[in-house]
Amino acid sequence: MTISTLKSRPTYPGLSPDHNARSNIIVCDKAGAEAVTELFSRADDTFAKRSTVIVAEGTTDQDAETLKTALAPATVGFQPSLETGIARLREFLKDAPMGLRLYAAGSEPLIGSVVQAAADYSIDHLSIRTEHRGSLKRRVQCVHCKGFTENVTTNPVTCSHCGLTLMVRDHYSRRLAAFQGVCIDAEVPGEVPETEALYQ
Amino acid sequence: MSGSLLRRVRVAEVEQVANRIKRFRLVDIDNAPLSEFSGGSHISVVMHSGDRLMRNPYSLMGSPTDTSSYQISVLNCGNDSRGGSKFMHDAVSVGSELEISEPLNLFPPCKLARKHILVAGGIGITPFMSMMNELDALHCDFELHYGVRSLEEGAYCKYLQSRYGSRVNVYLQDQGQMIPLESVLGSQRLGTHMYVCGPKPMIDWALQTAELLGWPAENVHSEQFSAPPPGKPFVVKLAKSGREIEVRGHQSILEALEEHGVDAPFLCRGGACGQCETGVVSCDGFIEHNDHFLTEAERVSGKKIMICMSRIPSGSITLDL
Ligand SMILES: Cc1cc2nc3c(=O)[nH]c(=O)nc-3n(C[C@H](O)[C@H](O)[C@H](O)COP(=O)(O)OP(=O)(O)OC[C@H]3O[C@@H](n4cnc5c(N)ncnc54)[C@H](O)[C@@H]3O)c2cc1C
Ligand code: FES
Repeated sequence: MTISTLKSRPTYPGLSPDHNARSNIIVCDKAGAEAVTELFSRADDTFAKRSTVIVAEGTTDQDAETLKTALAPATVGFQPSLETGIARLREFLKDAPMGLRLYAAGSEPLIGSVVQAAADYSIDHLSIRTEHRGSLKRRVQCVHCKGFTENVTTNPVTCSHCGLTLMVRDHYSRRLAAFQGVCIDAEVPGEVPETEALYQ
Repeated sequence: MSGSLLRRVRVAEVEQVANRIKRFRLVDIDNAPLSEFSGGSHISVVMHSGDRLMRNPYSLMGSPTDTSSYQISVLNCGNDSRGGSKFMHDAVSVGSELEISEPLNLFPPCKLARKHILVAGGIGITPFMSMMNELDALHCDFELHYGVRSLEEGAYCKYLQSRYGSRVNVYLQDQGQMIPLESVLGSQRLGTHMYVCGPKPMIDWALQTAELLGWPAENVHSEQFSAPPPGKPFVVKLAKSGREIEVRGHQSILEALEEHGVDAPFLCRGGACGQCETGVVSCDGFIEHNDHFLTEAERVSGKKIMICMSRIPSGSITLDL
Protein backbone atom coordinates (compact mmCIF):
# COMPACT_ATOMS: atom_id res chain seq x y z
CA MET A 1 0.00 0.00 0.00
CA THR A 2 1.42 3.40 -0.90
CA ILE A 3 -1.25 5.45 0.86
CA SER A 4 -0.62 6.95 4.26
CA THR A 5 -1.87 9.65 6.57
CA LEU A 6 1.71 10.88 6.99
CA LYS A 7 2.42 13.93 4.84
CA SER A 8 6.01 13.01 4.01
CA ARG A 9 4.88 9.72 2.48
CA PRO A 10 5.30 10.22 -1.29
CA THR A 11 2.47 9.44 -3.70
CA TYR A 12 2.91 8.14 -7.25
CA PRO A 13 0.13 9.35 -9.54
CA GLY A 14 1.10 7.20 -12.53
CA LEU A 15 2.94 7.84 -15.79
CA SER A 16 1.50 10.21 -18.37
CA PRO A 17 3.29 11.46 -21.50
CA ASP A 18 4.51 15.05 -21.81
CA HIS A 19 3.98 15.49 -25.55
CA ASN A 20 5.82 18.81 -25.54
CA ALA A 21 9.03 17.48 -24.05
CA ARG A 22 11.84 17.36 -26.56
CA SER A 23 13.41 14.38 -24.85
CA ASN A 24 12.13 11.90 -22.28
CA ILE A 25 14.33 10.00 -19.88
CA ILE A 26 12.59 7.05 -18.26
CA VAL A 27 14.15 4.99 -15.47
CA CYS A 28 12.46 1.69 -14.57
CA ASP A 29 13.00 -1.80 -13.21
CA LYS A 30 11.55 -4.95 -14.76
CA ALA A 31 8.15 -4.50 -13.10
CA GLY A 32 8.15 -0.80 -13.99
CA ALA A 33 8.90 -1.59 -17.64
CA GLU A 34 5.29 -2.75 -17.98
CA ALA A 35 4.11 0.70 -16.96
CA VAL A 36 6.43 2.17 -19.60
CA THR A 37 4.96 -0.07 -22.29
CA GLU A 38 1.50 1.10 -21.27
CA LEU A 39 2.70 4.71 -21.32
CA PHE A 40 3.94 4.30 -24.90
CA SER A 41 0.64 2.75 -25.96
CA ARG A 42 -1.19 5.83 -24.63
CA ALA A 43 1.15 8.32 -26.35
CA ASP A 44 1.64 9.19 -30.03
CA ASP A 45 4.37 7.39 -32.06
CA THR A 46 6.91 10.17 -31.94
CA PHE A 47 6.86 10.11 -28.15
CA ALA A 48 8.73 6.81 -27.89
CA LYS A 49 11.19 8.02 -30.56
CA ARG A 50 12.13 10.93 -28.31
CA SER A 51 12.49 8.64 -25.31
CA THR A 52 15.44 6.90 -23.66
CA VAL A 53 14.66 4.09 -21.24
CA ILE A 54 17.15 3.01 -18.59
CA VAL A 55 16.32 -0.44 -17.20
CA ALA A 56 18.08 -0.39 -13.84
CA GLU A 57 17.92 -4.05 -12.85
CA GLY A 58 19.76 -7.15 -14.00
CA THR A 59 18.01 -8.90 -16.91
CA THR A 60 18.66 -12.09 -18.86
CA ASP A 61 19.58 -11.63 -22.52
CA GLN A 62 16.22 -13.01 -23.46
CA ASP A 63 14.36 -10.59 -21.18
CA ALA A 64 16.41 -7.74 -22.61
CA GLU A 65 15.44 -8.69 -26.17
CA THR A 66 11.78 -8.89 -25.26
CA LEU A 67 11.90 -5.51 -23.55
CA LYS A 68 13.73 -3.89 -26.47
CA THR A 69 11.02 -5.05 -28.82
CA ALA A 70 8.22 -4.02 -26.49
CA LEU A 71 9.70 -0.54 -26.00
CA ALA A 72 10.71 0.15 -29.62
CA PRO A 73 11.34 2.67 -31.10
CA ALA A 74 12.69 4.10 -27.83
CA THR A 75 16.41 3.81 -27.12
CA VAL A 76 16.74 1.20 -24.38
CA GLY A 77 19.81 0.80 -22.19
CA PHE A 78 20.31 -2.01 -19.67
CA GLN A 79 22.12 -1.57 -16.37
CA PRO A 80 22.90 -4.43 -13.98
CA SER A 81 21.71 -2.60 -10.84
CA LEU A 82 19.87 0.42 -9.49
CA GLU A 83 23.21 2.01 -8.61
CA THR A 84 24.65 1.79 -12.11
CA GLY A 85 21.28 2.85 -13.51
CA ILE A 86 21.37 6.04 -11.45
CA ALA A 87 24.99 6.68 -12.49
CA ARG A 88 23.84 6.43 -16.12
CA LEU A 89 20.95 8.81 -15.40
CA ARG A 90 23.39 11.34 -13.96
CA GLU A 91 25.41 11.23 -17.17
CA PHE A 92 22.29 12.09 -19.14
CA LEU A 93 21.32 14.94 -16.82
CA LYS A 94 24.78 16.46 -16.54
CA ASP A 95 24.70 18.55 -19.72
CA ALA A 96 21.03 18.28 -20.61
CA PRO A 97 19.00 21.31 -21.71
CA MET A 98 15.54 22.34 -20.53
CA GLY A 99 12.82 20.50 -22.39
CA LEU A 100 13.80 17.16 -20.89
CA ARG A 101 11.10 15.30 -18.96
CA LEU A 102 11.99 12.70 -16.39
CA TYR A 103 9.92 9.59 -15.53
CA ALA A 104 10.41 6.78 -12.99
CA ALA A 105 8.49 3.50 -12.74
CA GLY A 106 9.02 0.57 -10.43
CA SER A 107 9.81 -0.01 -6.77
CA GLU A 108 9.94 2.80 -4.25
CA PRO A 109 13.73 2.68 -3.82
CA LEU A 110 14.03 3.10 -7.59
CA ILE A 111 11.65 6.06 -7.74
CA GLY A 112 13.24 7.60 -4.64
CA SER A 113 16.75 7.27 -6.08
CA VAL A 114 15.69 8.96 -9.32
CA VAL A 115 14.07 11.85 -7.41
CA GLN A 116 17.14 12.13 -5.19
CA ALA A 117 19.61 12.23 -8.10
CA ALA A 118 17.44 14.65 -10.08
CA ALA A 119 17.51 17.14 -7.20
CA ASP A 120 21.26 17.53 -7.80
CA TYR A 121 20.36 18.89 -11.24
CA SER A 122 17.68 21.23 -9.83
CA ILE A 123 14.78 19.13 -11.08
CA ASP A 124 11.72 19.71 -8.92
CA HIS A 125 10.38 16.39 -7.61
CA LEU A 126 6.84 17.41 -8.61
CA SER A 127 7.88 17.61 -12.25
CA ILE A 128 8.97 13.95 -12.28
CA ARG A 129 6.19 11.61 -13.44
CA THR A 130 6.17 8.47 -11.33
CA GLU A 131 4.36 5.14 -11.11
CA HIS A 132 4.80 2.47 -8.48
CA ARG A 133 4.97 -1.10 -9.79
CA GLY A 134 6.03 -4.42 -8.34
CA SER A 135 7.51 -4.97 -4.92
CA LEU A 136 6.62 -2.79 -1.94
CA LYS A 137 10.17 -3.16 -0.61
CA ARG A 138 11.63 -0.12 1.09
CA ARG A 139 14.99 1.46 1.74
CA VAL A 140 15.20 2.13 5.47
CA GLN A 141 17.53 4.41 7.36
CA CYS A 142 18.23 3.52 10.99
CA VAL A 143 17.77 6.78 12.90
CA HIS A 144 20.27 5.53 15.51
CA CYS A 145 23.36 4.49 13.48
CA LYS A 146 22.27 6.28 10.24
CA GLY A 147 23.03 3.14 8.24
CA PHE A 148 20.80 2.14 5.32
CA THR A 149 19.14 -1.24 5.03
CA GLU A 150 18.09 -2.08 1.47
CA ASN A 151 15.17 -4.14 0.17
CA VAL A 152 13.23 -4.21 3.44
CA THR A 153 10.05 -6.28 3.16
CA THR A 154 9.16 -6.78 6.82
CA ASN A 155 8.19 -4.72 9.82
CA PRO A 156 9.95 -4.70 12.21
CA VAL A 157 13.31 -5.29 10.56
CA THR A 158 16.83 -5.79 11.89
CA CYS A 159 19.22 -2.95 11.05
CA SER A 160 21.89 -4.42 8.79
CA HIS A 161 24.52 -2.15 10.40
CA CYS A 162 23.93 -1.94 14.18
CA GLY A 163 21.58 -4.88 14.63
CA LEU A 164 18.82 -2.97 16.45
CA THR A 165 15.26 -4.06 15.82
CA LEU A 166 13.63 -1.23 13.89
CA MET A 167 10.02 -0.29 13.42
CA VAL A 168 9.65 0.98 9.84
CA ARG A 169 7.73 4.25 9.82
CA ASP A 170 5.91 5.95 6.94
CA HIS A 171 8.09 8.97 7.68
CA TYR A 172 10.05 9.49 4.44
CA SER A 173 13.08 11.63 3.58
CA ARG A 174 13.30 12.74 -0.05
CA ARG A 175 16.89 13.84 0.47
CA LEU A 176 17.92 10.38 1.67
CA ALA A 177 15.38 8.50 -0.45
CA ALA A 178 14.60 6.34 2.58
CA PHE A 179 12.02 5.60 5.24
CA GLN A 180 12.85 6.02 8.92
CA GLY A 181 13.49 3.01 11.12
CA VAL A 182 13.17 3.55 14.88
CA CYS A 183 14.28 1.12 17.62
CA ILE A 184 11.15 -0.72 18.71
CA ASP A 185 12.37 -2.38 21.95
CA ALA A 186 14.18 0.53 23.59
CA GLU A 187 12.05 0.28 26.76
CA VAL A 188 12.15 -3.47 27.25
CA PRO A 189 14.89 -4.97 25.07
CA GLY A 190 13.68 -8.09 23.33
CA GLU A 191 10.00 -7.17 23.65
CA VAL A 192 9.25 -7.09 19.97
CA PRO A 193 5.93 -7.46 18.14
CA GLU A 194 5.56 -10.23 15.63
CA THR A 195 7.33 -9.61 12.33
CA GLU A 196 4.89 -8.95 9.50
CA ALA A 197 5.73 -9.21 5.81
CA LEU A 198 4.21 -5.80 5.06
CA TYR A 199 6.29 -4.69 2.10
CA GLN A 200 6.46 -7.74 -0.19
CA MET B 1 -6.32 39.79 9.41
CA SER B 2 -2.70 39.65 8.40
CA GLY B 3 -3.23 42.11 5.57
CA SER B 4 -4.53 44.86 7.81
CA LEU B 5 -1.39 45.55 9.85
CA LEU B 6 -0.50 49.04 8.67
CA ARG B 7 2.47 51.36 8.94
CA ARG B 8 2.53 55.12 8.36
CA VAL B 9 5.14 56.35 5.91
CA ARG B 10 6.21 59.68 4.45
CA VAL B 11 7.16 60.27 0.83
CA ALA B 12 10.82 61.29 0.82
CA GLU B 13 11.40 61.52 -2.94
CA VAL B 14 9.40 61.48 -6.16
CA GLU B 15 10.99 61.09 -9.57
CA GLN B 16 9.47 60.92 -13.04
CA VAL B 17 11.31 57.90 -14.47
CA ALA B 18 9.40 57.49 -17.74
CA ASN B 19 6.52 59.13 -19.60
CA ARG B 20 3.78 57.78 -17.35
CA ILE B 21 5.81 56.26 -14.52
CA LYS B 22 6.86 57.84 -11.24
CA ARG B 23 9.17 56.40 -8.61
CA PHE B 24 8.34 57.05 -4.94
CA ARG B 25 10.71 56.61 -2.00
CA LEU B 26 8.92 55.97 1.30
CA VAL B 27 10.36 56.27 4.81
CA ASP B 28 8.82 55.42 8.17
CA ILE B 29 7.05 58.43 9.66
CA ASP B 30 9.38 58.28 12.71
CA ASN B 31 12.37 57.16 10.63
CA ALA B 32 12.17 53.73 12.29
CA PRO B 33 13.68 50.89 10.24
CA LEU B 34 11.30 49.14 7.86
CA SER B 35 11.03 45.34 7.61
CA GLU B 36 13.45 43.48 5.39
CA PHE B 37 11.77 41.77 2.47
CA SER B 38 12.61 39.21 -0.20
CA GLY B 39 13.05 39.85 -3.92
CA GLY B 40 9.68 39.97 -5.73
CA SER B 41 7.68 41.29 -2.74
CA HIS B 42 5.00 43.94 -2.84
CA ILE B 43 3.20 46.18 -0.36
CA SER B 44 -0.34 47.56 -0.41
CA VAL B 45 -0.66 51.32 -0.36
CA VAL B 46 -3.81 52.66 1.28
CA MET B 47 -5.19 55.73 -0.48
CA HIS B 48 -7.93 58.04 0.67
CA SER B 49 -9.09 59.88 -2.42
CA GLY B 50 -12.14 61.98 -1.64
CA ASP B 51 -14.61 59.64 0.08
CA ARG B 52 -13.05 56.60 -1.60
CA LEU B 53 -10.74 54.16 0.09
CA MET B 54 -8.38 52.18 -2.12
CA ARG B 55 -5.58 49.76 -1.40
CA ASN B 56 -3.40 49.08 -4.39
CA PRO B 57 -0.52 46.58 -4.37
CA TYR B 58 2.85 47.88 -5.63
CA SER B 59 6.07 45.90 -5.99
CA LEU B 60 9.09 46.88 -3.93
CA MET B 61 12.05 47.82 -6.07
CA GLY B 62 15.10 48.58 -4.00
CA SER B 63 17.55 46.36 -2.18
CA PRO B 64 15.72 43.82 0.04
CA THR B 65 18.22 44.44 2.84
CA ASP B 66 17.86 48.24 2.80
CA THR B 67 15.52 48.98 5.72
CA SER B 68 15.89 52.77 5.57
CA SER B 69 13.32 53.20 2.79
CA TYR B 70 11.07 51.41 0.33
CA GLN B 71 10.80 52.30 -3.32
CA ILE B 72 7.85 51.73 -5.61
CA SER B 73 7.12 52.73 -9.20
CA VAL B 74 3.61 53.55 -10.31
CA LEU B 75 2.27 53.66 -13.84
CA ASN B 76 -0.42 56.29 -14.32
CA CYS B 77 -3.42 54.40 -15.68
CA GLY B 78 -5.19 57.74 -16.24
CA ASN B 79 -8.87 58.47 -16.25
CA ASP B 80 -10.04 55.06 -17.32
CA SER B 81 -9.04 53.63 -13.93
CA ARG B 82 -10.67 53.85 -10.53
CA GLY B 83 -8.03 56.41 -9.87
CA GLY B 84 -5.51 54.88 -7.48
CA SER B 85 -2.56 55.33 -9.79
CA LYS B 86 -3.80 58.76 -10.89
CA PHE B 87 -4.07 59.72 -7.21
CA MET B 88 -0.45 58.66 -6.66
CA HIS B 89 0.65 60.78 -9.63
CA ASP B 90 -1.47 63.88 -9.02
CA ALA B 91 -2.01 64.10 -5.26
CA VAL B 92 1.12 62.53 -3.73
CA SER B 93 4.31 64.58 -3.48
CA VAL B 94 7.37 64.87 -1.22
CA GLY B 95 6.13 65.14 2.37
CA SER B 96 2.78 63.36 1.72
CA GLU B 97 1.85 60.72 4.27
CA LEU B 98 0.51 57.30 3.32
CA GLU B 99 -0.30 54.00 4.99
CA ILE B 100 1.26 50.79 3.75
CA SER B 101 1.00 47.10 4.61
CA GLU B 102 3.94 44.88 5.51
CA PRO B 103 5.70 43.30 2.48
CA LEU B 104 4.22 40.14 1.04
CA ASN B 105 5.90 37.90 -1.53
CA LEU B 106 3.85 35.85 -3.99
CA PHE B 107 6.60 35.94 -6.62
CA PRO B 108 9.86 34.76 -5.04
CA PRO B 109 12.76 33.41 -7.10
CA CYS B 110 13.19 29.65 -6.70
CA LYS B 111 16.14 29.05 -4.40
CA LEU B 112 17.17 25.77 -6.06
CA ALA B 113 17.26 27.10 -9.62
CA ARG B 114 20.56 26.93 -11.48
CA LYS B 115 19.60 29.92 -13.62
CA HIS B 116 16.81 32.51 -13.69
CA ILE B 117 15.27 33.96 -16.88
CA LEU B 118 13.29 37.12 -16.09
CA VAL B 119 10.75 38.31 -18.66
CA ALA B 120 9.21 41.74 -18.17
CA GLY B 121 6.80 43.89 -20.14
CA GLY B 122 6.35 47.59 -19.34
CA ILE B 123 5.57 48.29 -15.69
CA GLY B 124 6.01 44.55 -15.09
CA ILE B 125 9.71 45.34 -14.56
CA THR B 126 9.09 46.39 -10.94
CA PRO B 127 9.19 43.02 -9.08
CA PHE B 128 12.36 42.15 -10.99
CA MET B 129 14.16 45.24 -9.67
CA SER B 130 14.38 43.79 -6.16
CA MET B 131 14.71 40.24 -7.48
CA MET B 132 17.80 41.12 -9.54
CA ASN B 133 19.23 42.96 -6.56
CA GLU B 134 18.89 39.81 -4.48
CA LEU B 135 20.07 37.38 -7.18
CA ASP B 136 23.09 39.54 -7.94
CA ALA B 137 24.07 39.70 -4.25
CA LEU B 138 23.82 35.89 -4.05
CA HIS B 139 25.92 35.53 -7.24
CA CYS B 140 23.06 33.70 -8.96
CA ASP B 141 23.01 33.33 -12.72
CA PHE B 142 20.21 35.42 -14.27
CA GLU B 143 19.26 37.30 -17.41
CA LEU B 144 16.54 39.86 -18.00
CA HIS B 145 14.47 40.21 -21.17
CA TYR B 146 12.57 43.47 -20.95
CA GLY B 147 10.11 44.69 -23.58
CA VAL B 148 9.03 48.36 -23.60
CA ARG B 149 7.02 50.47 -26.03
CA SER B 150 9.86 52.95 -26.45
CA LEU B 151 12.79 54.30 -24.46
CA GLU B 152 10.57 57.16 -23.28
CA GLU B 153 7.85 54.78 -22.03
CA GLY B 154 10.17 52.25 -20.44
CA ALA B 155 11.49 52.79 -16.93
CA TYR B 156 15.07 52.07 -15.83
CA CYS B 157 16.37 50.76 -19.18
CA LYS B 158 19.64 52.69 -19.02
CA TYR B 159 20.08 52.16 -15.29
CA LEU B 160 19.65 48.39 -15.60
CA GLN B 161 22.03 48.13 -18.54
CA SER B 162 24.74 50.05 -16.75
CA ARG B 163 24.29 48.08 -13.53
CA TYR B 164 23.95 44.55 -14.89
CA GLY B 165 25.61 44.87 -18.32
CA SER B 166 25.00 42.11 -20.84
CA ARG B 167 22.64 40.30 -18.49
CA VAL B 168 20.01 42.92 -19.41
CA ASN B 169 18.33 42.78 -22.81
CA VAL B 170 15.94 45.60 -23.70
CA TYR B 171 13.55 45.33 -26.66
CA LEU B 172 12.00 48.51 -28.11
CA GLN B 173 8.59 47.91 -29.64
CA ASP B 174 8.71 51.18 -31.64
CA GLN B 175 11.86 49.85 -33.31
CA GLY B 176 10.10 46.61 -34.16
CA GLN B 177 12.09 44.62 -31.60
CA MET B 178 10.46 41.58 -29.98
CA ILE B 179 11.62 39.35 -27.15
CA PRO B 180 12.95 36.24 -28.96
CA LEU B 181 11.49 34.06 -26.24
CA GLU B 182 11.50 30.84 -28.20
CA SER B 183 15.23 30.96 -28.82
CA VAL B 184 15.93 32.22 -25.29
CA LEU B 185 14.00 29.37 -23.69
CA GLY B 186 15.10 26.86 -26.32
CA SER B 187 18.73 26.89 -25.27
CA GLN B 188 18.74 26.79 -21.46
CA ARG B 189 20.30 24.16 -19.31
CA LEU B 190 18.36 21.90 -16.99
CA GLY B 191 17.29 23.54 -13.73
CA THR B 192 16.51 26.94 -15.29
CA HIS B 193 13.42 28.81 -14.11
CA MET B 194 11.44 31.47 -15.97
CA TYR B 195 9.53 34.36 -14.35
CA VAL B 196 7.18 36.63 -16.26
CA CYS B 197 5.41 39.84 -15.26
CA GLY B 198 3.57 42.18 -17.60
CA PRO B 199 0.28 42.58 -19.45
CA LYS B 200 -1.97 39.51 -19.45
CA PRO B 201 -1.48 38.65 -23.15
CA MET B 202 2.28 38.70 -22.63
CA ILE B 203 2.05 36.43 -19.59
CA ASP B 204 -0.17 33.98 -21.48
CA TRP B 205 2.24 34.00 -24.42
CA ALA B 206 5.28 33.38 -22.22
CA LEU B 207 3.63 30.55 -20.29
CA GLN B 208 2.46 28.90 -23.49
CA THR B 209 5.86 29.25 -25.16
CA ALA B 210 7.53 27.57 -22.18
CA GLU B 211 4.99 24.77 -22.12
CA LEU B 212 5.36 24.05 -25.83
CA LEU B 213 9.12 23.83 -25.38
CA GLY B 214 8.61 21.15 -22.75
CA TRP B 215 9.31 23.27 -19.67
CA PRO B 216 7.70 21.71 -16.59
CA ALA B 217 5.07 23.88 -14.88
CA GLU B 218 7.24 23.87 -11.74
CA ASN B 219 9.89 25.89 -13.60
CA VAL B 220 7.64 28.76 -14.71
CA HIS B 221 6.30 31.54 -12.52
CA SER B 222 4.16 34.58 -13.25
CA GLU B 223 2.71 37.60 -11.56
CA GLN B 224 -0.11 39.57 -13.05
CA PHE B 225 -0.81 43.14 -11.92
CA SER B 226 -4.51 42.57 -11.96
CA ALA B 227 -6.91 45.08 -10.52
CA PRO B 228 -10.59 44.41 -9.84
CA PRO B 229 -12.42 45.08 -13.11
CA PRO B 230 -15.36 47.50 -12.82
CA GLY B 231 -18.98 46.62 -13.55
CA LYS B 232 -22.52 47.55 -12.54
CA PRO B 233 -23.61 48.06 -8.92
CA PHE B 234 -25.06 45.07 -7.04
CA VAL B 235 -25.93 44.04 -3.50
CA VAL B 236 -24.01 41.77 -1.13
CA LYS B 237 -26.03 40.07 1.63
CA LEU B 238 -24.15 38.71 4.62
CA ALA B 239 -25.76 35.46 5.78
CA LYS B 240 -24.44 35.54 9.37
CA SER B 241 -25.10 39.17 10.29
CA GLY B 242 -28.06 39.68 7.96
CA ARG B 243 -26.54 42.93 6.65
CA GLU B 244 -26.95 44.21 3.11
CA ILE B 245 -24.20 46.24 1.50
CA GLU B 246 -24.17 47.90 -1.90
CA VAL B 247 -21.10 47.40 -4.12
CA ARG B 248 -20.64 50.35 -6.46
CA GLY B 249 -19.56 49.92 -10.08
CA HIS B 250 -15.97 50.91 -9.40
CA GLN B 251 -15.65 48.96 -6.17
CA SER B 252 -14.74 45.39 -5.41
CA ILE B 253 -16.78 43.41 -2.87
CA LEU B 254 -13.79 43.54 -0.52
CA GLU B 255 -13.56 47.33 -0.79
CA ALA B 256 -17.30 47.72 -0.18
CA LEU B 257 -17.11 45.51 2.93
CA GLU B 258 -14.17 47.51 4.25
CA GLU B 259 -15.96 50.78 3.63
CA HIS B 260 -18.78 49.49 5.86
CA GLY B 261 -16.43 48.32 8.59
CA VAL B 262 -16.72 44.59 7.84
CA ASP B 263 -13.37 42.90 8.48
CA ALA B 264 -12.79 40.36 5.70
CA PRO B 265 -9.55 38.43 5.17
CA PHE B 266 -7.21 39.41 2.35
CA LEU B 267 -3.54 39.46 1.41
CA CYS B 268 -2.73 40.15 -2.23
CA ARG B 269 -5.90 41.90 -3.43
CA GLY B 270 -5.05 40.64 -6.89
CA GLY B 271 -6.83 37.28 -7.03
CA ALA B 272 -3.65 35.28 -6.58
CA CYS B 273 -3.12 34.24 -2.97
CA GLY B 274 -6.44 32.63 -2.04
CA GLN B 275 -6.77 34.39 1.29
CA CYS B 276 -10.08 36.12 0.54
CA GLU B 277 -11.92 32.98 -0.62
CA THR B 278 -15.51 33.23 0.59
CA GLY B 279 -18.40 30.77 0.52
CA VAL B 280 -21.44 31.65 -1.60
CA VAL B 281 -24.84 30.82 -0.08
CA SER B 282 -26.91 31.95 -3.03
CA CYS B 283 -26.55 34.18 -6.05
CA ASP B 284 -28.66 35.83 -8.78
CA GLY B 285 -27.21 34.70 -12.07
CA PHE B 286 -23.53 34.04 -12.75
CA ILE B 287 -20.40 35.05 -10.87
CA GLU B 288 -17.79 36.88 -12.99
CA HIS B 289 -14.67 35.12 -11.70
CA ASN B 290 -11.65 37.40 -12.24
CA ASP B 291 -9.13 35.63 -10.00
CA HIS B 292 -6.24 33.29 -10.87
CA PHE B 293 -6.83 31.08 -7.85
CA LEU B 294 -9.99 28.96 -8.07
CA THR B 295 -9.96 25.82 -10.18
CA GLU B 296 -12.29 25.51 -13.16
CA ALA B 297 -14.43 23.05 -11.18
CA GLU B 298 -14.73 25.47 -8.27
CA ARG B 299 -15.77 28.27 -10.62
CA VAL B 300 -18.45 26.19 -12.24
CA SER B 301 -19.82 25.07 -8.87
CA GLY B 302 -20.61 28.69 -7.98
CA LYS B 303 -19.99 27.89 -4.31
CA LYS B 304 -16.92 30.08 -3.86
CA ILE B 305 -15.88 33.61 -4.77
CA MET B 306 -12.64 35.58 -4.41
CA ILE B 307 -14.04 38.85 -3.14
CA CYS B 308 -10.98 40.98 -3.97
CA MET B 309 -11.51 40.54 -7.71
CA SER B 310 -14.82 38.94 -8.65
CA ARG B 311 -18.32 40.33 -8.88
CA ILE B 312 -21.78 39.64 -10.33
CA PRO B 313 -23.40 41.51 -13.24
CA SER B 314 -26.40 42.73 -11.21
CA GLY B 315 -28.88 41.69 -8.53
CA SER B 316 -27.64 40.24 -5.26
CA ILE B 317 -25.29 37.61 -3.89
CA THR B 318 -25.43 36.11 -0.37
CA LEU B 319 -22.06 35.33 1.20
CA ASP B 320 -21.20 33.07 4.12
CA LEU B 321 -19.97 36.01 6.23
C1 LIG C 1 1.06 41.91 -6.86
C2 LIG C 1 0.83 43.21 -7.60
C3 LIG C 1 1.90 44.09 -7.77
C4 LIG C 1 1.72 45.30 -8.45
N1 LIG C 1 2.80 46.12 -8.64
C5 LIG C 1 2.64 47.27 -9.33
C6 LIG C 1 3.75 48.15 -9.56
O1 LIG C 1 4.87 47.89 -9.10
N2 LIG C 1 3.54 49.29 -10.27
C7 LIG C 1 2.29 49.61 -10.78
O2 LIG C 1 2.16 50.66 -11.42
N3 LIG C 1 1.24 48.79 -10.59
C8 LIG C 1 1.37 47.65 -9.87
N4 LIG C 1 0.28 46.85 -9.66
C9 LIG C 1 -1.04 47.32 -10.13
C10 LIG C 1 -1.63 48.32 -9.15
O3 LIG C 1 -1.92 47.69 -7.93
C11 LIG C 1 -2.94 48.96 -9.64
O4 LIG C 1 -3.80 47.97 -10.10
C12 LIG C 1 -2.67 49.98 -10.72
O5 LIG C 1 -1.84 51.02 -10.20
C13 LIG C 1 -3.95 50.59 -11.23
O6 LIG C 1 -4.67 51.11 -10.16
P1 LIG C 1 -5.80 52.19 -10.34
O7 LIG C 1 -6.48 52.34 -9.03
O8 LIG C 1 -5.27 53.43 -10.97
O9 LIG C 1 -6.69 51.54 -11.40
P2 LIG C 1 -7.71 50.33 -11.33
O10 LIG C 1 -9.08 50.81 -11.28
O11 LIG C 1 -7.32 49.43 -10.29
O12 LIG C 1 -7.54 49.86 -12.78
C14 LIG C 1 -6.67 48.89 -13.32
C15 LIG C 1 -6.94 48.84 -14.81
O13 LIG C 1 -8.32 48.52 -15.01
C16 LIG C 1 -8.87 49.29 -16.02
N5 LIG C 1 -10.07 50.04 -15.55
C17 LIG C 1 -10.38 50.39 -14.30
N6 LIG C 1 -11.54 51.06 -14.23
C18 LIG C 1 -12.02 51.12 -15.48
C19 LIG C 1 -13.20 51.69 -16.07
N7 LIG C 1 -14.13 52.33 -15.37
N8 LIG C 1 -13.37 51.56 -17.39
C20 LIG C 1 -12.43 50.91 -18.13
N9 LIG C 1 -11.32 50.37 -17.63
C21 LIG C 1 -11.09 50.47 -16.33
C22 LIG C 1 -7.81 50.28 -16.46
O14 LIG C 1 -7.37 49.97 -17.75
C23 LIG C 1 -6.71 50.19 -15.48
O15 LIG C 1 -5.46 50.20 -16.13
C24 LIG C 1 0.45 45.64 -8.97
C25 LIG C 1 -0.62 44.76 -8.79
C26 LIG C 1 -0.45 43.56 -8.12
C27 LIG C 1 -1.62 42.62 -7.95
S1 FES D 1 -6.77 38.68 -1.41
FE1 FES D 1 -5.50 37.29 -2.46
S2 FES D 1 -6.93 36.28 -3.72
FE2 FES D 1 -8.09 37.85 -2.83
